Amino acid sequence: MTHRGSRVLHVGALARVEGEGALRLRISDGTVTQAQLSIYEPPRFFEAFLRGRRHTEPPDITSRVCGICPVAYQTSSCHAIEDVCGITVDGQLAALRRLLYCGEWIESHTLHIYLLHAPDFLGCDNAIELSRTHRADVERGLRLKQAGNSIMEFLGGRSIHPINVRVGGFHRTPARTEFRPLAERLRQARDDALATVAWVAGFDFPEADCDADLLALTEPGTYAIETGTPTVLPHGDGHRTRTFPLADFTTHVVEEQVPYSTALQARLDGRRHLTGALARYAISGHQLPPAVREAARSAGLADPASGQICRNPFRSVVVRAVEVLYAVEEALRLIDAYELPPYPAVDVPPRAGTGHGATEAPRGTLYHRYTLDDEGLVTDACLIPPTSQNQGAIEEDLRRIVQDRLRHGEPTDAELTRLCERAIRNHDPCISCSAHFLDLTVVRA
Amino acid sequence: MAAPVRSRPRLGVFKFASCDGCQLTLLDCEDELLPLAAEIDIAHFVEASSDIQPGPYDLSLVEGSVSTPEHLERIRRIRSESRHLVTIGACATAGGVQALRNFADVAEFRATVYAKPEYIETLATSTPISAHVPVDFELRGCPIDRGQLIEVITAFLADRRPDIPNHSVCFACKRRGTTCLPVAHGIPCLGPVTHAGCGALCPAYGRGCYGCFGPSASTNMPAMIPLLRSDGMSDEDILRFLHTFNAHDFAAIEPPGELGEEGAAS
Ligand code: SF4
Ligand code: SF4
Repeated sequence: MTHRGSRVLHVGALARVEGEGALRLRISDGTVTQAQLSIYEPPRFFEAFLRGRRHTEPPDITSRVCGICPVAYQTSSCHAIEDVCGITVDGQLAALRRLLYCGEWIESHTLHIYLLHAPDFLGCDNAIELSRTHRADVERGLRLKQAGNSIMEFLGGRSIHPINVRVGGFHRTPARTEFRPLAERLRQARDDALATVAWVAGFDFPEADCDADLLALTEPGTYAIETGTPTVLPHGDGHRTRTFPLADFTTHVVEEQVPYSTALQARLDGRRHLTGALARYAISGHQLPPAVREAARSAGLADPASGQICRNPFRSVVVRAVEVLYAVEEALRLIDAYELPPYPAVDVPPRAGTGHGATEAPRGTLYHRYTLDDEGLVTDACLIPPTSQNQGAIEEDLRRIVQDRLRHGEPTDAELTRLCERAIRNHDPCISCSAHFLDLTVVRA
Repeated sequence: MAAPVRSRPRLGVFKFASCDGCQLTLLDCEDELLPLAAEIDIAHFVEASSDIQPGPYDLSLVEGSVSTPEHLERIRRIRSESRHLVTIGACATAGGVQALRNFADVAEFRATVYAKPEYIETLATSTPISAHVPVDFELRGCPIDRGQLIEVITAFLADRRPDIPNHSVCFACKRRGTTCLPVAHGIPCLGPVTHAGCGALCPAYGRGCYGCFGPSASTNMPAMIPLLRSDGMSDEDILRFLHTFNAHDFAAIEPPGELGEEGAAS
């Protein structure tokens, strides 16, 4: 018989995620009574020092919240400020924003799939080790990642903290002919993206179900990326979704502070919720073009168009690969339809008021709110990143996975650490937006 | 007797308060990553590997600024375990964007962001690594430049000084053949006082340099400020312009009193 005492497990260094976090598990007589994901990323106080800055400044400043998804921060910032000022950026300028965002999706998702996540499925510590047995696969991943980076470099100036984004549009818009080399590269990337979907589809997926409501933006007629309306798919309620206006985001998504973490934790209407690839695919998957849906289906993903929903966090790696394929296709479509806009940016004269902006960062919905005074200075700022929203769902996922494991006898700390790290990496948490160490503590009595 | 087997140099990558962008630059070296990994042993790089090995390290790359009590102790330990210590990026080299707290009341910042500020452990300042331990080289940028990073790693592993020029963005801008923005269009530009490294990116995209790489070696701030004024900036605009990702370093070279009280105080 296995010994069923009480224990507390503390995982002290969460590897292969972005940022810093730790995990504390309390196990009492074979039951997991507590799973606390603590994010010890030092506070950086963005919301405080944004106050007093001019309305043109937040996109450059907030991009520094996260080096992995700067475009998400820039775009949410721009939307929120344009919302205060009563300006809508549309036409080719909006299309270029979406194109830049596709670059970030390709780069960030490919980084996660190949460098951070695939080693879990193939039993390696890192991608370098993986490259010893899977050289061609890792090289394909690096090539695909480079294709995403090349969109960001071409359009944004550089891939980390692009410089060409501004409130109202861009500093410089390229001529149609300048896109030719990029389009050529993306046509090659399409093959790599298709091969990636097939590659990850062959991984081994444990059964799992994420018991959380799903939240993603939706946009009529398209797979939402850089804009949309918050849409909720409750757990265990078939395929009935509900929406709420973006302006009401903080009345529905309420952040709470927990003593063990520097990242705030958010609940959606009082319940834990999950944003990101699984949520987007469940809520908007039917909007994907037929060829991408076919790739998803052949990779073993349930088809949301026929009311099936995939809630298995392990399969999120497949959803990410599908989203990369989509982003490559979408980037090619946008480039093909591109015409040089008459001006690189719309003029955005400031006015007093409060505005909201949300976009789909690779890891989930990223919400920004700003209040401006008459002179266009920021008097209040609120940023709700995906990781703070996903923490509750990740904790529940950890509790369930460890509980399942306990049914098969007492695991060692090393085994629990591996298991929990995997579960956390499924969610691609970007802990800098609030942190790579899983500092695991198991409290045993 | 057989010659001793020379083991591969050991690389450590460490993170303090930061956005992860500078260490991501290493993973963004797609073409160089696998060849580099064949030459060196990536002994500690938590973002990229679960295989976390103890020191000593031949080269430690440190990202991020010192901003919590725990950081103080950790940076000393890393220094003691590292043959060479190189800071990467504006956070590690100048305190980063989070050093904007150095000009403000941190208790008030904490209360603004957190409902229960008492849970939050933080220092009142965000400081560069060099404020706490000796540093062998500081690589600038927010983020750092990929080419410069490769140069620094290869230089240190070959035991030579990295070839990173100290001149201003204007040099790179002229070399690139970009039309000078202040001269031609009256667009304010920090190029004359900013350290080169980005390849004069912003001017090439038609926007003024906003100082990602911090001050260059020999800046003439007393000449810069009237220039910015003549391009239409108010003193408050100028202060904000200088107070972003390298606020700490730019503040140190602002002419005292020139930009009003806050300028004098900082
Ligand atoms: S210097 Fe800039 S890019 Fe580098 S870690 Fe700091 S904020 Fe990120
Ligand atoms: S545009 Fe800026 S960086 Fe370029 S030469 Fe002129 S002042 Fe210098």
